[in-house]
Amino acid sequence: MLASDWGGGRSPFGVGWPKLMMWLFLIQDTLTFAGLLTGYGVIRLSLGRWPVQGEVFNLYLVGFMTFILICSSATMAVAVAAARRGEGATVIRFLLLTVLGGLAFLGMQAYEWTHFIGEGARLFTNPWGVPLFSASFFIITGFHGAHVSAGVIYLLSTARRWARGRIQPESVEIAGLYWHFVDLVWVFIFTLLYLL
Amino acid sequence: MRQTEHPGGYRIYVVTWFWLFVITVLEVGIVLVHVPKVLLALSLVTMALMKAALIVAYFMHLRYERLNLIYAVVTPLFLGVILFFALVPDALRTLSLR
Repeated sequence: MLASDWGGGRSPFGVGWPKLMMWLFLIQDTLTFAGLLTGYGVIRLSLGRWPVQGEVFNLYLVGFMTFILICSSATMAVAVAAARRGEGATVIRFLLLTVLGGLAFLGMQAYEWTHFIGEGARLFTNPWGVPLFSASFFIITGFHGAHVSAGVIYLLSTARRWARGRIQPESVEIAGLYWHFVDLVWVFIFTLLYLL
Repeated sequence: MRQTEHPGGYRIYVVTWFWLFVITVLEVGIVLVHVPKVLLALSLVTMALMKAALIVAYFMHLRYERLNLIYAVVTPLFLGVILFFALVPDALRTLSLR
């Protein structure tokens, strides 16, 4: 088994190149987020004081946003499995459900940002006395929100191309990898930015 | 290609979804009850890693890929860990200088 796993040959990783490229992209994107979150951690540790997030943000709302993203990841997984089985209509239905989850998440994030800005938070100033608190919040959630927005467009285009019969199941799977990654990053943002 | 189809069809996704949901509830729960800061941080990071593992293994299907793809994906993640622990001493030193 080891010999075949490390055997190389024409397809050393046992996946097609588009999927391998998506994995490589996701690895580097993970490191981008790791950089952002490490920067946030270092700032917070070196300051020694930080606003209590539970008093600034509504943890129930953020918990619900997390729940929505988990659900959209599950519907995406079903869409990928359906594509592999050739259940065409299920693919479209679950891709659109996933898009709906993404849009709901973005809507709640827009509400959260509006509320936060309404309370006086700006990129480098805020009423809680730690300027980098709002900076790290806006930069990290903004970067993630941009990923969700891109994902929504990506999934809509995938659904459209699947409906027209232009793509293989592998393309749906690759779109799925990206979407799950967005959920994966949120796990850490939710934990480190809101809960810890 | 070793694209092994996992057993049980869609069931595995429902099970994964369920555990992700349970861990999320536990995460919010442990923040609401007051526990010591170190215990809170440790349990939250552990739960986040559990959720990440569930997503990568089952939703992203990595468990069913070739071993060398698994290693290729997981190994670079240690760079993130190294980055963090390389910078923490600086952060703590800055804190002690304040």
